[in-house]
Amino acid sequence: MKPVNTPARPLILHGAVIAVLFALNFLLPDYHHGVLARVMVLAVFAMGYNLLFGYTGLLSLGHAMFFAAGLYGAALPMVHLEWSALSSFGTGIAAGALLALAVSLLALRTTGVAFMIVTMMFAQVAYLLTLYFGEWTRGDEGLVIPQPQRHIALPGLDLDLTSPTTRYMTALVLFSAVLLATLAIVRSGFGRVLVAIRENEERTRLLGFDVFANKLAAVTLSGAICAAAGATYAILFGYAGATFASIQYSILPLLWVLLGGAATTLGPLIGVLLMYYLVDASGPLLEQYLPGWKLSSLGIVGVSLVLLVLFFPKGILGTVRERWVKWLP
Amino acid sequence: MAAVTPLLTTTGLKKVFGGLTAVDAVDFAVMPGEIRAVIGPNGAGKTTFVSLICGRLPPSSGEIRFDGRDITGLPAHRRVRLGIAYTFQITSVFANLSVYDNVALAVQRTAADRRWTGSLRDGVMSALSRTGLAGRAQERAGALAYGHQRLLEVAMGLALRPRLLILDEPTQGLSDGEIESFTDLVREIAQDATVLLIEHNMPVVMALAHRITVLDAGKVLAEGSPEEIRANAAVQAAYLGATAA
Repeated sequence: MKPVNTPARPLILHGAVIAVLFALNFLLPDYHHGVLARVMVLAVFAMGYNLLFGYTGLLSLGHAMFFAAGLYGAALPMVHLEWSALSSFGTGIAAGALLALAVSLLALRTTGVAFMIVTMMFAQVAYLLTLYFGEWTRGDEGLVIPQPQRHIALPGLDLDLTSPTTRYMTALVLFSAVLLATLAIVRSGFGRVLVAIRENEERTRLLGFDVFANKLAAVTLSGAICAAAGATYAILFGYAGATFASIQYSILPLLWVLLGGAATTLGPLIGVLLMYYLVDASGPLLEQYLPGWKLSSLGIVGVSLVLLVLFFPKGILGTVRERWVKWLP
Repeated sequence: MAAVTPLLTTTGLKKVFGGLTAVDAVDFAVMPGEIRAVIGPNGAGKTTFVSLICGRLPPSSGEIRFDGRDITGLPAHRRVRLGIAYTFQITSVFANLSVYDNVALAVQRTAADRRWTGSLRDGVMSALSRTGLAGRAQERAGALAYGHQRLLEVAMGLALRPRLLILDEPTQGLSDGEIESFTDLVREIAQDATVLLIEHNMPVVMALAHRITVLDAGKVLAEGSPEEIRANAAVQAAYLGATAA
């Protein structure tokens, strides 16, 4: 009989990815080193989104609110109450998880297009709230977290998060933890139920599973992961602005996941990485070759989304898995 | 006889869709260990009736009791945990998952309910062996031949370790040879579960059922042993369209 599970290969692959990211810390030039730190944090955001969209099959258009909940959940206490980075990281995650639980209790009464619209509306409310409470959030202008606060004090160890290497390594630690957690979840019984819900909700219910409760857990977990990314972003890069709560940041994770491959554990990283450099490189090119057109990089994002859905629905790793590497988780 | 209490009873069970009464005040009882067939012409309300039992549809009125307990208001997933398993009329396996994962879902459910204490793998492989699918564990369920998909449905039902297994037209679309081995399988299942069988294929019904309930236009038209049903004039009329004398 063939072995039913081959846990070794995926573990080696994920370990290798983490090792390469670790090595890149010493190899990359400054600019790309900074980009990659940012990409890893955003990849955590994408992994949180992927858990819900890729594995559970729930398409949310409001995940900016969970990222922003983490962002402000960390930045507000740091700026106004002078809390430490570590405890603010905790409040950020808690804010995202609670918001996700509350929103999903209402939004999960809908499915399909209605779910997309309801999540989008909640995210718009969250965005408007960040502007409404401008006295504390400073709205579009945003909050800047003072440099002296951006460090982690551990017994016998003081990590200065404004130093590029510490920042990179902190991002890598978060990324690795979430990547391995995602891998564990999708290979667990819970992960199997989420996929079953995506494939056939009615059948899953008649196998004895409480579909609503499992979806609720998936949204809350997804929200908590996205909030962890938001909180880390605020702490590492010292800034929290309303832009991160806007619709753009609800569309981006969908795009990253579609590009990298929905329901693949490593797809989110690849999606964020490619999209980051695509937008980064297209700005100057657009200005150089189409100077009068005033095209923004958002246009690139939109065009990529349309092209992906039309011609490449499984994304990069989804296609790789389908054609070549069947065991890819 | 009177000492044995029925495993499942319905009292005045009714389901109305708009102006159509699909199931009309059905009183019904199945004894533990029984193989009960539910037959009837197309549109008689058979699938609606079992959908009410397994909880896919809420009844308009009436009561359902399972093992003495009122389950009328219980959601479908809770009924499964009590031991009511339903295999779909239209094959609805998880096409994109492996055969193994399809059955593993059922096993992990019973394990979570402490109704299965072995390993996940043993539970899956035992259900697959009983249905003859052990060699196909790694195949994608959607790539299986139709007959094998029907068997996989049954394997998932078996892995739920049901006390009442509802098979909704299980032999539909199977070849004669497949039907024969299927009949043997149902007999084997019935050794430790009660089986409620909806079936159009009369030779299968006659070979398997201890008792037969005939539904027509949502009502119980007749109930009895296979011989009694075969001889029943009203049943013949319902099936053949003749006017009962």
